[in-house]
Amino acid sequence: MNLSLLILLPVLTSLAILVVRDAKQVRVVALLGSLLQLALVGWLTLAYVNARNAGAAAQFLFEQRTVWFSAFNIQYYVGVDGISVAMIGLTALVVLAGVLVSWKVEKMTKEYFFLLLFLAAGAYGFFMSLDLFVMFFFLEVAVIPKFLLIAIWGSGRKEYSANKLALMLMGGSALVFVGLLAIFFYNSSPTFDLVALSQSHIPLAVQHKFFPLLFLGFGVFGALFPFHTWVPDGHSSAPTAASMFLAGISMKLGGYGCLRVATYLMPEAAHEYQWIIILLSAIAILYGAFATMMQTDLKYINAYSSVSHCGFVLLGIGMLSKTAITGAVMQMVSHGLMTALFFAAIGMLYERTHTRIVAQMGGLLKITPFIGTVFFIAGLCSLGLPGLSAFPAEMTVFMGSWQNPDRWYRLATIAACASIVVTAVYILRALGAVMWGELRIADLGLRNENANEVSFGDAEWNEKLAAVILIAGIVLIGVAPFLLQKLVDGGVQEIAQQLTRMAF
Amino acid sequence: MEALNMILAMKFEIALTLLIFILLFLKIDGRANNVFLIRLTNLLLVLNLALGFFGNETQDIFGGMFRTSPLLAIEKSVLNLAVLLISLFSYDWLKKHRHLSEFFILLFSSLLGFFFMLSSGNLLMFYLGLELSTIPLTALCNFDLEKKASSESAFKLIMSSAFSSAILLFGISLIYGATGTIGFSEIAASLSSSQLEVLGFVLFFTGFAFKLSIVPFHLWAADVYEGAPVAITAYLSVVSKGAMAFVFITVLYAVFGKLAITWFYMLTISAAITITIGNLFAIRQQNLKRFFAFSSIAQVGYILIAISSATQIGVASVVYFILIYVFTNLAAFAIISVISSQTGKETVNDYKGLYASNPGLALVMALALFSLAGIPPMAGFFGKLFLLTSGAQTGSWWLIIIASLNLVISLYYYLRIVIVMFADRNSEPLEKIKLTSTVFASLCLCVAGILILGFAGRTFDVILQYAAKL
Repeated sequence: MNLSLLILLPVLTSLAILVVRDAKQVRVVALLGSLLQLALVGWLTLAYVNARNAGAAAQFLFEQRTVWFSAFNIQYYVGVDGISVAMIGLTALVVLAGVLVSWKVEKMTKEYFFLLLFLAAGAYGFFMSLDLFVMFFFLEVAVIPKFLLIAIWGSGRKEYSANKLALMLMGGSALVFVGLLAIFFYNSSPTFDLVALSQSHIPLAVQHKFFPLLFLGFGVFGALFPFHTWVPDGHSSAPTAASMFLAGISMKLGGYGCLRVATYLMPEAAHEYQWIIILLSAIAILYGAFATMMQTDLKYINAYSSVSHCGFVLLGIGMLSKTAITGAVMQMVSHGLMTALFFAAIGMLYERTHTRIVAQMGGLLKITPFIGTVFFIAGLCSLGLPGLSAFPAEMTVFMGSWQNPDRWYRLATIAACASIVVTAVYILRALGAVMWGELRIADLGLRNENANEVSFGDAEWNEKLAAVILIAGIVLIGVAPFLLQKLVDGGVQEIAQQLTRMAF
Repeated sequence: MEALNMILAMKFEIALTLLIFILLFLKIDGRANNVFLIRLTNLLLVLNLALGFFGNETQDIFGGMFRTSPLLAIEKSVLNLAVLLISLFSYDWLKKHRHLSEFFILLFSSLLGFFFMLSSGNLLMFYLGLELSTIPLTALCNFDLEKKASSESAFKLIMSSAFSSAILLFGISLIYGATGTIGFSEIAASLSSSQLEVLGFVLFFTGFAFKLSIVPFHLWAADVYEGAPVAITAYLSVVSKGAMAFVFITVLYAVFGKLAITWFYMLTISAAITITIGNLFAIRQQNLKRFFAFSSIAQVGYILIAISSATQIGVASVVYFILIYVFTNLAAFAIISVISSQTGKETVNDYKGLYASNPGLALVMALALFSLAGIPPMAGFFGKLFLLTSGAQTGSWWLIIIASLNLVISLYYYLRIVIVMFADRNSEPLEKIKLTSTVFASLCLCVAGILILGFAGRTFDVILQYAAKL
């Protein structure tokens, strides 16, 4: 399995998009490209599982190395473990769904799909790179397409949101870069090689100073409180597919970075600063949940609930135990799929009703049963209904967190658990208001009270397909969480071992 | 044999002098028209650039007054490349100019001055080269003959240059008084960090700070940039700054190596101030030339960080960065030049909706801005990060953190222009601009440089290999 194919494919697709002539061809090329990506990722997953079953013991499989800048010891070095495979799979699903829901984009179609696929290339590269510089390269590759997608195709205060997002993420990556330089220079033969670094011991003084920079930097991407403020604005202004990418992929870059770089390479400092991480993520979980209750705009509702749900990811990482980290990884995948689905459903409704304000909608299930169902599935997943992906993920985080005997950490865990009640309140309220009850005609700009004469219909093939793909992922994880858990187990085990080996 | 060696050692200078003479004879002859002259000059510039790749060895001639080395050859080639690109993209403006030959002759004289300055082995030669480069440059600033702003810019440049030269000379005289010599290697040998030497050095440094527009000696830059013709603005911001940065390295490392502690603090502190002030002022600029004046002030700050590292990797990073900067900044100036020469518009607001009317130009501009902001996969990302990486070698983390956070500020103002071009609507957009093949070629070269240089990791290795023989 050649991993570079996975970076090349989206890049080539985006270049092909630049070459073809009209919007129709652009869509077809983009769809073909993302289908191929999914196929490739499926193949990668199979190959990975087979290799592991056949007893491949190396930490990372399918490694590739080429010297890039020998002066700085920078190598193009990629490889995957279970965690990367899971994140890559998530990316492929969200990209395909994103391309499908963007089928109707009329404004600058070519540029739009170009940016979507370019962003995908950045995400794949980030999840598979084992050289910190290359990882940073891909992290930044993924920032600017988001900015442009929001600034050009967005709605509302789009320039403000786009700037806020780009600047906050760039600030985060500036901190990350300083942290990476510190890791690079601590020993006499500087290297960015993640595997080599993990086997060496970074001095405590370096860890003490630079762990906060790294964790904060990646934390900005992962909506760490109080650096989460780009999330609501960015999501609400972004076009549908960009929202899906933001929540489904970009926020995961942060969680993955916190886990793979900050925590993995600096275990002692992770223990030292553990209480801050847990405190901040507990605040994020509660604050996000309560903030959501006050929202009236569907996109804001989902964005703030994302802050809350991403808090679980950081909480799981902060607990530094194997179970909790497994939960965090599962929560990343689950939240990625679920939020993408939620944003897709909101986008579909918005396209039809031209409003996202909850109070202006009602009874939509009667007109758009398919979208309504999708909306319900996403909502129920969000509040943690068993059988859907969020339940096993959050459950694992709680289990792992509770294992930590510290009284305060248990308190944080209880607080986080309690947020589920709040989640249930806001989700059910929004679902009920939008889907049930009387059809709110006047606000929707429909012609008369007869539901048969509304000017819009139910989901079309592309929207249905996108929803089905994401729902399939959610249900699969919900029903058979052990598949995902087994996939990521090796990678998590390695990180957990590193955490115990170094600390005690 | 020795004569041949001498010619080889001075081949850059000799070739350029020949070029000046050819233009001079054609001017006296008076029959050549502008288009022919431009084509001929561009052709000769290409040959001149190609010449730089052969027979570069380390040599000292004229009793150490003139030195040459592979690294110097690379630096001169970078400057040659920049001048070629400037000449290519200014085609529209040059074609209509009444005094074309004079323009080229002055331009090449200035470049010749920089070459002598780069190769200089003692302070006298250094000063001579500096003046040879500055005085034609002030005349060039005045070459938008109909515009008052152009004369104003020339006047401001000559005043500030004279002032900085005076300070520089004062510094040189103190150093001479303290050490009794003006030869670089002799000074290096006899420095003892006495107070007089430090004072002389500080004045010397100040002279450089003027030329490199390091804060607080940057105030002339914006006005001069705004008034000068675009071609000269580009020359000032790329060639002049690049050459001064190169010389700065030689002077600091090879001559004032013993004062390293002094200049380390001077460099790091002025780098932090320069980056921050440059960025903050760039935010509010409406005129694009002024905008790039401040943005290039900030870029110089990043160069200073790498220089402060005093390592070969630092030198290589600076050369690599300036090579990238040539492509990047000249791509932006090419767009400004084309639009300015055909429509006369130079402000940010004029670029509203540029993507709708001129998608190609807007794309190139966006690539250049992303590269300046350090966004991958553009080459500027690597250039800037390597500057910071080499700067981090000294362990001055406060500086690295300030510089990294400044990347965020700079991103804001570069993205502002991108938003203006791509997202805003314009009630009276620019008309569709036709590109001549010459301008098109320069844009292609720049874009190729921006996209390829970052992935060609070998380039950096080659530069580093030569930087080892400073």
